[in-house]
Amino acid sequence: MKSQSNNGLKIEGLSFAYGAKQALDDISLTIAPGTFCALLGPNGAGKSTLFALLTRLFTTAEGRITIGGHDLAKTPRAALAQMGVVFQQTTLDLDLTIRQNLRYFAALHGLSGREASRRIDAALDQLDLTARASEKCRTLNGGHKRRTEIARALLHSPSFLLLDEATVGLDAATRADITAHVHALAAEKNLTVLWATHLTDEVEDHDQLAILHRGQLLTSGRTAELRQSQSLSDYFLSLTSEPA
Amino acid sequence: MTLRPYLTAMTAIVAREALRFIHQRERFIAALVRPLVWLLVFAAGFRAALGLSITPPYQTYITYEIYIVPGLCGMILLFNGMQSSLSLVYDREMGSMRLLLTAPLPRWWLLLSKLLGSTLISILQCYAFLFIAWAFDITLPPWGYVTAFPALLIAGLMLGALGLALSSFIKQLENFAGVMNFVIFPMFFLSSALYPLWKMAESSRLLHDICAANPFTHAVELIRFALYADFNLQALGWTLLATAAFGALAIWGYDPSRALIRRKKGG
Repeated sequence: MKSQSNNGLKIEGLSFAYGAKQALDDISLTIAPGTFCALLGPNGAGKSTLFALLTRLFTTAEGRITIGGHDLAKTPRAALAQMGVVFQQTTLDLDLTIRQNLRYFAALHGLSGREASRRIDAALDQLDLTARASEKCRTLNGGHKRRTEIARALLHSPSFLLLDEATVGLDAATRADITAHVHALAAEKNLTVLWATHLTDEVEDHDQLAILHRGQLLTSGRTAELRQSQSLSDYFLSLTSEPA
Repeated sequence: MTLRPYLTAMTAIVAREALRFIHQRERFIAALVRPLVWLLVFAAGFRAALGLSITPPYQTYITYEIYIVPGLCGMILLFNGMQSSLSLVYDREMGSMRLLLTAPLPRWWLLLSKLLGSTLISILQCYAFLFIAWAFDITLPPWGYVTAFPALLIAGLMLGALGLALSSFIKQLENFAGVMNFVIFPMFFLSSALYPLWKMAESSRLLHDICAANPFTHAVELIRFALYADFNLQALGWTLLATAAFGALAIWGYDPSRALIRRKKGG
């Protein structure tokens, strides 16, 4: 679990159907270690399905997901140990304090006692939450809840961080702050990040950009190179808007 | 393979259930009021209507209040088992379940830990109920309070596993009413919780046979005998079998390759 083999994320030929409805169609995407990859897609593009497959909520026989060098289907536990997740909906226990929430999660990853405390302190410090550690999550604002969830996702030192519309419902300043913070994490900690969003202003020019539309990956590459002289928003719309 | 991460995670999951329970006192009181109303109101009114003969594990004539105590313990386990597992159907709770399932441990272990946590809380409520019953002079042999524990544990795991299995198949919370009507009520009323099976046989052979096949009947009988420091092998066997069957169904329902737990989700 503590291995730091960081081979990024590799998705190969991933497909998934809900009955007759094809939700994902032959998706292939590679994210190099330390890269922040923004996954843009309109509603219904298949993002949630992709995230469910990445977090192994369910699996598919078609395609392969490799996280930090571990095949998610063959060695799910080794792969999951490499992954930190921030879900779209808050998954904090609101009646517990920040520290209690983190301790619970640490234990799910087999961390307890002094080692868990040490990591929790470090994560709290990194997200500027130390002063609030004993506050109940119910009393926190949206931004602090998100920070807590990011701190939690980093406790077991994953090599890959998955965030599903992590800034939903936050005010502009907090949104910018969290986006910047996760960008910094990718750079400083060599963390592979997959950041799903539908807000183009969260994407920086040096980020990798993947655009998902109707279950297909339309494009993937460096943002600046893809959009060229267009604004990202225009570029995105040109790819995904319906012909009138 | 080392056991340590397994135990660390299980302890944390059980502790979380306990903390959640402490924070939901209303739930605790509500869960106690239901069986107490049955015990102190229904049973008191019913006592005259129902004559009970001496059947094991009882060694003397008993009052109706005494008779329904095990069934009401079963009721606590039944309602709690359904409620805690069905609360997973809430998206909010589903989120924490999703988080739980990203832990690098086998899924069956995570489900078992969750089940154990909610069952232990239910057992605590059973003891609170037994204590109040005792205060109203509805008492059991002292050893019965001890020997009841394993029986309550097995029965609780069985009903929790059933709830967990249902939670993986039920897509919406509105269906809780359906579960109430089609699972909880039939299971409770078509059992030996409120009336002995021989009494049921007097009115209808078919109803008796249905009751006798109901796993909840066996769970209640297991508790009934255990409360008298007695042992009912048949009840134990059937309850264990049902636990295994419901448990397997829950694991099947939460199997990622079945994708049964996916929700509406469009995006």
